[in-house]
Amino acid sequence: MATNAPVNSTAPITPSERMAVRASLELQDREVVFVGIGLPNLACNLARVTHAPQLFMIYESGTIGTLPARLPVSIGDPTLVTDSLAIVSQADIFQCYLQGGLIEVGFLGGAQVDRYGNINTTVIGDYNQPKIRLPGSGGACEIATHSQRVLIMMRMSPKSFVDHCDFITSPGSKMESNKPGRDLHQSRSALKLPGGGPTKAITDLGVLEMIDGEFTLTEIYAGVTVDQVKQNCGWDLKISSTLKVITEPNPEVISILRNRIDPDRMYL
Amino acid sequence: MSALRKPKLKPNKIVSMKEAVQDTVTPGCDLYIEGFTHLINFAAGHEIIRQGIKDLTASRLTPDLVYDQLIEANLVKKLVFSWAGNPGVGSLHGLRRRSQKDSTSRIELEEYSHFGMVSRLLAGSSGLPFWPLKNYQGTHIADSNSKIKTVTCPYTGEMFATVPALHPDVAIIACQRADQEGNAQVWGLMGTQKESAFAAKKVIVVAEEIVETSVIRRDPNRTLVPGILVDHVVHEPWGCHPSYAQGYYDRDNAFYVQWEEISRDPKTYQDYFNEFVFGVNDRKGYLSKLQSGLMDKLKAKPRKCEGVDYGY
Repeated sequence: MATNAPVNSTAPITPSERMAVRASLELQDREVVFVGIGLPNLACNLARVTHAPQLFMIYESGTIGTLPARLPVSIGDPTLVTDSLAIVSQADIFQCYLQGGLIEVGFLGGAQVDRYGNINTTVIGDYNQPKIRLPGSGGACEIATHSQRVLIMMRMSPKSFVDHCDFITSPGSKMESNKPGRDLHQSRSALKLPGGGPTKAITDLGVLEMIDGEFTLTEIYAGVTVDQVKQNCGWDLKISSTLKVITEPNPEVISILRNRIDPDRMYL
Repeated sequence: MSALRKPKLKPNKIVSMKEAVQDTVTPGCDLYIEGFTHLINFAAGHEIIRQGIKDLTASRLTPDLVYDQLIEANLVKKLVFSWAGNPGVGSLHGLRRRSQKDSTSRIELEEYSHFGMVSRLLAGSSGLPFWPLKNYQGTHIADSNSKIKTVTCPYTGEMFATVPALHPDVAIIACQRADQEGNAQVWGLMGTQKESAFAAKKVIVVAEEIVETSVIRRDPNRTLVPGILVDHVVHEPWGCHPSYAQGYYDRDNAFYVQWEEISRDPKTYQDYFNEFVFGVNDRKGYLSKLQSGLMDKLKAKPRKCEGVDYGY
């Protein structure tokens, strides 16, 4: 990573930094991770320079065993190509790597998520008469379908953590059908979805864990209240009886994030 | 499309971009300008806008800036896609203006996921009518697209989603180097270049560099698109800017960020067209308008590989 003039490491820690650090701790050394752009990209690259030096990063653009020398702006940045172990076509990435079952961890985010971890990146409003047209699935649907586990990274608000997704782009633990006559809730196993689905949502207020198919608040950052989390959630969020408080990241890790991983503050 | 095809053997297929577009891109045709961040041929898109070829069905996994420009120029009737945005930056504003409830005019959308679009090309490139994939269960994607259907596996009884073959009328494939017959070599990200070339009825190869066939023959594993598929070859250095060509020039990330501002307002969008598309005759003219020093800044620093021994 490039080194610019050191940024003040004592400046207050931002929500994005908290999320990147907390998500990085979810990654084990030598795990095969499908890296998304934005905060997941920060989390993965932070893990690689801290506790998971052999983290095996695959990007959707087809780079395998990636070692980016700079923070990529897009998932197709040329820095991902240089020094990677292999470059494969889009056909190979989706058929052999994802559908082939090789991805241990996938990252997703979106405009809306519900209590089951279903994600909407397609439209706000009715599909045919959308209030806001969003980019669409890209590879998200297949990442959610095939990854052994999925980590969601999203900021909490009642508009983004919703009772009901306007559209399900990427499947969670249970899916609500929008077609009459179908079971209201279909589980992943009933639908024969190969991957394990979302296990955690790393947010700017805390961590939600998928317990018995529903997100439950299990961790909050120091200084955040349960009420604050509840106010920013569009459904009646379950709270763990053993709620943990996340300690603030140590200054050394923040300094790595600010000075080494994202010196140009692209995502922080 | 018939499974039997006439291979295109012709020693020299080099034409100008203007000629290549005039000959292949017709009003109402199904167009595929390939590129997955890497090797997106903006030069071809700009020429199509200059020629004002209308009613296009524009297909690609990632319609990005150049597709949005075709849309803003009112040349696109229908968009077939899986992710429409400005990667890492934001929205496509030409598309947004034509795809929401409050839009005054709308274009038709046909939407898949990336895997779905890739599968359509795999079917198209291999002469099959459809392709199966273990996808879409539990989502609303198949509900919103009647072309996504299902098939029961004759061996296991399992049900799979299917997508129909895609056969673009024209695929425009950018590459680092090609010979005059269109044998195209690509390194770095490969997107769906091979599949879209094989699936398309006509293929334009656009090369950063034209080399002797002997150069291609020295490294045959690197040839992604064989010349027998190719109708026209265009030599267009820097033809992909602001996208990039590995080993030639870097992605102009700053432009993608600036584009958010340029494209949000139809007026500044039009100003951009007037200067960089209608204000020039060809790619050379476009390059002469870039900020001085930009091309030097983006020029790739060498990073050569040692090559391999093909001897026996």
